[in-house]
Parts: sequence; C-alpha cells; structure tokens
Amino acid sequence: MPILVNHIDHIYNPGTVFEKKALSDVSFSIEDGEYIGLVGHTGSGKSTLALHLNGLMKPDSGGIYFDGVDIASEGYDMKALRGKVGLVFQYPEHQLFEEDVFTDVCFGPKNLGLERQEVELRAYEALKAVGIEDDRFYVSPFDLSGGEKRRAAIAGVLAMKPKVLVLDEPCAGLDPHGREEILSIADDLHDSLGITVVLISHSMDDLAEHVDRLLVMHNGQLVMDGPTREVFMNRKELEAMGLAVPEAAAVLSDLKGMGLPVRTDLITVEEAKNEIIRALRSRF
Amino acid sequence: MIRDITLGQYYPAESVLHRLDPRVKLSGTLLYVISLFLFQSFAGYAVATVFLVTVIVLSHVPVSFMLRGLKAIFILLIFTAVLNIFLTPGRELVSFWKITITIEGLRVAAFMVLRLVYLIVGSSVMTLTTTPSNLTDGLEKGLGWLKFFRIPVHEIAMMMSIALTFIPVLLEETDKIIKAQQARGADFESGNIIRRAKALVPILVPLFVSAFRRANDLAIAMESRCYRGGEGRTKMRPLRYTGRDYAAYSVLIVYLAAIIAVGILF
Amino acid sequence: MGVAYAAPIFILNDIMNLLDANKLVFEYVRRDKNGDVDGFIRAVDEVSLEIAQGDFVAVLGPNGSGKSTLAKHLNSILRPTEGVLYVDGMDTTDSDKIWDIRKTVGMVFQNPENQMIGTIVEEDVAFAPENMGVDPKEIRERVKESLITVEMLEHRKASPSKLSGGQKQRIAIAGVLAMHPKCIVLDEPTAMLDPEGRKEVIRAIRALNDVENITIILITHNMEEAVYADRIYVMNKGHIVMKGTPREVFSRVEELEENSLTVPVVTKLAYELKTAGLNIPDGILTKKELCEAICRS
Repeated sequence: MPILVNHIDHIYNPGTVFEKKALSDVSFSIEDGEYIGLVGHTGSGKSTLALHLNGLMKPDSGGIYFDGVDIASEGYDMKALRGKVGLVFQYPEHQLFEEDVFTDVCFGPKNLGLERQEVELRAYEALKAVGIEDDRFYVSPFDLSGGEKRRAAIAGVLAMKPKVLVLDEPCAGLDPHGREEILSIADDLHDSLGITVVLISHSMDDLAEHVDRLLVMHNGQLVMDGPTREVFMNRKELEAMGLAVPEAAAVLSDLKGMGLPVRTDLITVEEAKNEIIRALRSRF
Repeated sequence: MIRDITLGQYYPAESVLHRLDPRVKLSGTLLYVISLFLFQSFAGYAVATVFLVTVIVLSHVPVSFMLRGLKAIFILLIFTAVLNIFLTPGRELVSFWKITITIEGLRVAAFMVLRLVYLIVGSSVMTLTTTPSNLTDGLEKGLGWLKFFRIPVHEIAMMMSIALTFIPVLLEETDKIIKAQQARGADFESGNIIRRAKALVPILVPLFVSAFRRANDLAIAMESRCYRGGEGRTKMRPLRYTGRDYAAYSVLIVYLAAIIAVGILF
Repeated sequence: MGVAYAAPIFILNDIMNLLDANKLVFEYVRRDKNGDVDGFIRAVDEVSLEIAQGDFVAVLGPNGSGKSTLAKHLNSILRPTEGVLYVDGMDTTDSDKIWDIRKTVGMVFQNPENQMIGTIVEEDVAFAPENMGVDPKEIRERVKESLITVEMLEHRKASPSKLSGGQKQRIAIAGVLAMHPKCIVLDEPTAMLDPEGRKEVIRAIRALNDVENITIILITHNMEEAVYADRIYVMNKGHIVMKGTPREVFSRVEELEENSLTVPVVTKLAYELKTAGLNIPDGILTKKELCEAICRS
C-alpha cells in the first residue's frame, strides 16, 4: 500500500480573517497500480490535497503514510519521497527552464543524486515514454508546441521513476487532439509501466473513459470515493455540488426517465451506444 | 515570508484616510518621513508617535495587518540594533571580553530601530489606504509640472501602476514555480551560498519567461483597448480637492509647526 | 456611425458587412538559431470572411491553425501581408482609422490576469473609455452599465485578484463593452477556466449577442461552446476548411476528426448510433434532441 492518508486537516491562514479550512478530515488509501480520478470544484481542496501527497504541504493534523512510514517522522527523506510520488502541475511553463528539453528532463533525476549515466538513461526513457522523438531532444523547451510542453513536463517528473504520478489538469487549454495524446500517455504509463496514476480533471467525460476509481472533493471534504461507475450513479448529489456526470450517463438516465428500459450504470460513449441498441432491439 | 510584505498592498475599507486625495497622503508621507530623520529627541518621537497612532486609528486597517509588514524586515532591525549597540563609542555601560556597550549605543540603536519601524508602518499606512492606481494618479497629477522638463510623468505613473498590479500575480506565480521545482527534487535550503544561488536558476528562468509573456500579452490588451499614451486621456474620477483634503492639509501644517517647534525647543 | 466613413466606397458586395475579409494572408519570417531567415510561414492563408452585424460566429481549429493570428487582424493589431480586411467599412491598414477600428472591435484574450489594468474592478473597466477621452461622467455611466450587463456590479470595488476565473473574464468583457463596440472577438476566453467559469462566460457572451445585438466572434477549441453560434468556421493550417451552421458542421464527424477536432459528446453518441444503423438524424446537438430521436426510432 503506497499511500495512506489518515484523517488530515489543513487550514489556510489560521487565526486571521482569511482563515479557511482547505482540507477537513480527509482519509483514503491508494493501492499499487490504481488509476484514480480526483474531481471537485475550484477551491474544493483537490489541489491542496495533491500537494500533501508528496509532502509539499503538511497537514495541520492527521498523517500521511508512504509505504507504511509516516512522512512527517523525524529524518524522513523528503527528496526521495518526491521522486516516488511525482506531481506534474497544470502549467508546464512553471517548470521548464533549461536550454534544451533533454537537459531539462535530467533535472529531476540529477536532484536525486544519481550517476550521470543513470540520469541520462532515465531522461531518455522518460522522453520516449511520452512520445517525444530524438530530433526534439535538443530544441529549447520554450520552442515546443503546447502539447509537447506538457509532455516534456510529464517526462521531467517521470524521469525520477515515481511509483505514483499525480497529474493536475494535464489537458487544460489543449485542443481535442492534444487532450487525446496526453490521456493516452497517462493510460500507457498506467497500463504498461504499472505506475499508479492520479488524474485531476474537470472533464467527467475524460474521467469516465479512463480512470477506474473516483475521489470527489467538496468544501475540503472527501465526499465520494468508489469505482467510477458507482460514483457517477449519484447524479443528483453530484449536480447539487455543481458537478456533472458524463454526457453518456446523463443521456441514459434521461432515456430511462422517458420510459426506455436502459441500464444507468454505464458511463462511456461506447457502452451507452451498445446499451441503447440492446434496449431498442429488445423492445420489439 | 514573501506574503508578509504589506508595502504596496491595498486594504479595502471605508475610512477618512481612504477617501483622502492621494496628493494629500503623498505630501503627508513625505513630510512624515523627513520628520523622522530630523527628530533626534524623545520629544520629537513623541510627536511622531501621536501622528502615527492617530493616522492608524483613522485608517480602520487592523494594526496586526500593518505590523505584519515588519516581519519582512525583522533581520534588518536586529542587525541595525546590534551594530549600533556594539559599535557606538561613548560612556561605558557594560563591558565584557572585547565588547563594550555604551549608553550612546543603546540610545542610537533605539532611535534607529524606532525610525525604521515608524518608516515602514507609516508608509504602509499610505499604501494600505490608497489603491495603487489612485497613488499613481496622485503622483501623475502632483508631479505633472515635471512634464515641462520633458520628464514623461504619465508613462512613469502608468509603469508604476502596472508593476503594482502585477506584484501579487507574480508572487503567486513564484510560489507555484517553487512548488513545481520542489516536486522535481529541487533543494533551495541546503548548501553554501554559491549552491543556493545556483538553485535559484530553475525558479528565475520560468519566472522571467512568464513575466515577458505577460508583458507582451498586456501590451496587446492595452492597445486593443485604445491605449496610446497620456495624450487626450480622461479619468473616471479626476482628482479634485474637497473640504476634507484642505482640512487634512491644515493638520499637516500643524505637524510641520510641531516639527519646527521640537527642533527649536529640544 | 458608418455614415461618417462613407467617402470612397470600398465594399465590393451589395450588402455592407461589419467584417469583410478578402483573401487575407499573413506571413511571418521564421529565423533559425543564428537569427538568419529560415523561411516564411503563412499563418493565415487566403482567408475570406463575411460577418454581418449581430452574427454569432464560432471559429474552431486545433492549436496553431492560425485562428488567433486571424483574430489579431480584426482590430488591426496585425496587418495583412496580402489581401484586404474591412471593419465597418474601414481598411485595417489605414493608420488614421486604427483607433476607430479598435473601438469598433473589442478583444478579450485567453488569460484574464494578463489583460487587467487597475487594482480594482471598476478602474479596469474604465481603462478603455479613459483612453478614448470620454467625459468622466459618461465613463462612470458606461462602467456601471457594462458591469450590470455581465452581472458584476456588486463586485465593482473588489480587487480582481480576489475573483474567480469566470468573474475575471466577465470583467474583461465589461472592460471591452465600455468602449461600446459593435463586435467583440473572444480568443479562447474559457481555456483557463473551470466548467463553472465557462458557463458564466458563455452565458454572458450569449446575452450580449441576444440582448445587445453585438456581433460575437468566439474562438475556441471547446466543441460544446460552439453549439450556440449561428455559424462555425473551422480553420486548419491557415485555411478555412469548413463552414456552416453548428448542425451542418457537427454532422461531418469524420472531416472534423481529420482536422484534429472532435464533436460534442452527445453528437458523437448520436453519430455512433446512426452508424450502427439506427434512424437518427445528422448533427444532433443536445441531449434532449438525442433522447427524443432515440425514442422515435
């Protein structure tokens, strides 16, 4: 069990007029090889939660355990933790800084104190894993396209060989093609490299197509945690929080309301298509 | 620590001070700062204290908020105090090993620290009660006569106003960049000075790139909204003195008189 | 207003359009690492547009398709390399008309933070009319009415940094509205917003078009937002490759995918069902339409 989050609270600006409870009694665990989605409104605490997972923020109460060890314990190697729990932020512009892409990707593993050869090997593998070709290795990261920058940023974290990879809004601002690319990289990292992936996203349709488990944050609390399919069956509750269900699920539940006998626990376009056809055929 | 800097931040509230013409506040601050450097006696500081306390009370800004600005200069304060206490020659008070503390040293140190604290708190009263654009409006209009010496007053005021608008944005961005690099194992806290300076590169490069991108975006946005320099520009709320401002100027004249009186008497 | 510029009649068509582009080309020089000219890039390639007062047009296209470059021509931030563009009868290459053009076509950009001038909301909204030399009293009126239109009046004294993304972007729209433009071009205004913010902004944009009859040009790569437009132009590699009503454009699923775009999820599901043999019409845009079509089939 790589990560256990045990009843954590986090309060911003305690004791001032700006005091705000960002996290309130949040508990859950992440198992090896899971593919998890994390959703919630802006300000629901999901980004704050992500920052706790690799120790960039510390809980005011409660504890976080990585591989069974309390990360707040004396002498805990934070740098090593950041290598194990990789966090990729929304804007790649916030991390790209070297003269060329390859050197930039080397930054992470170099910070881990690895040998040069190992650093470069890891950078090479990471760049390959995100689909950046050799001829793009030595261009300036600032000359990359939007989608390439995201991929380079992911590679920069991937090169530290994390067990858990948290991607914060990796598709924001990209065109449909770019989104598809990033999501299929996330799939690959999970399926082929066995990395535990946590995907923070606003797009319920994307989450429905990709993740197996869903965590829903609302006002600093973890209000839902379960298999994606089951979480999306709570349409009313989600809509009350200002969140949506995937369009395909919404169509099915509307159809059921109109009297067509369809299952409503299906969430992807493909599933909805098959279910509608089945329901229509069985009607005759 | 970055968030502790209150200088240049605006605290929205409804107070007499908030409504005062920025030119009054600028002149007042200038007078107050000069007075701090002229005062050498306790009487002088008593006058300054009365002035400062009155202004703070009138401002409706929580005192804790103003004092927070001092946190950022805490080290500087300690440093000033220590230097003055140990290095001022004069009548000996305590002496041990090679170090002597003098009465004059304590006195100078106390004044220096007080002066710095008053300076920071006093000028933050101005920035906390005046929106940056109001402040630059005040500068632009108050210093308008400099135009005759071919000094581009409007342009300077506009630059200041933009800089002030972007301070919070860039501070927040710096915070995000630091987190992003820490997530890649960057270490800003250990090692000698050279190593630490080198560790800043991964923060500074993205910050500069972003600042230039923002500047470019902003320039296009300003042009799109018909900005073409100060020529022919009007104001939503042109600065105009009211009774309140004249009253405030009278208070300043009284303060000036007090400064002169203190200078003569003590 | 158009009457004032009646002098020579440039317009080739009989109907006077608000925006009229004829074979617009924009080329820029690409340089290699040493700063030597490497070649020319045609960001916009022979684009022709006719947009009438009151139209709501969405421009779709993948990143780098030239849609933002095209947008920057509409208020003379960029000038065409070849071809012509008339805004309300004014040639955008005419330097004397530049401020009238910018007043006519307002621009809202992607990042709300990078277009805020002023530390409180109403100062920002007042920026454009101040630049135009509008009388102080009228500036205050314009600021008020613009903020009412985007439903942000109660925040007029707030600091923009305390507002949500959607609110900031509505302030940016108000800032442009205060110029009393005939047309507003929005360049990916929702790209950096969350779903809630997107809804707010799109609602504000639709209200401007419906109530104030302001011409809207919405550049986006969010397919769901384009559904509300009267017409869609699809750009790719500097060309306009598709145009039509949302229903027409979104019924050409394969062609959109060839241009690195998709269709809204509902449209996609409708298309899949149709392909599987169900009797579903082309170009379904809403859940309601889809459900009704399924129940009928």
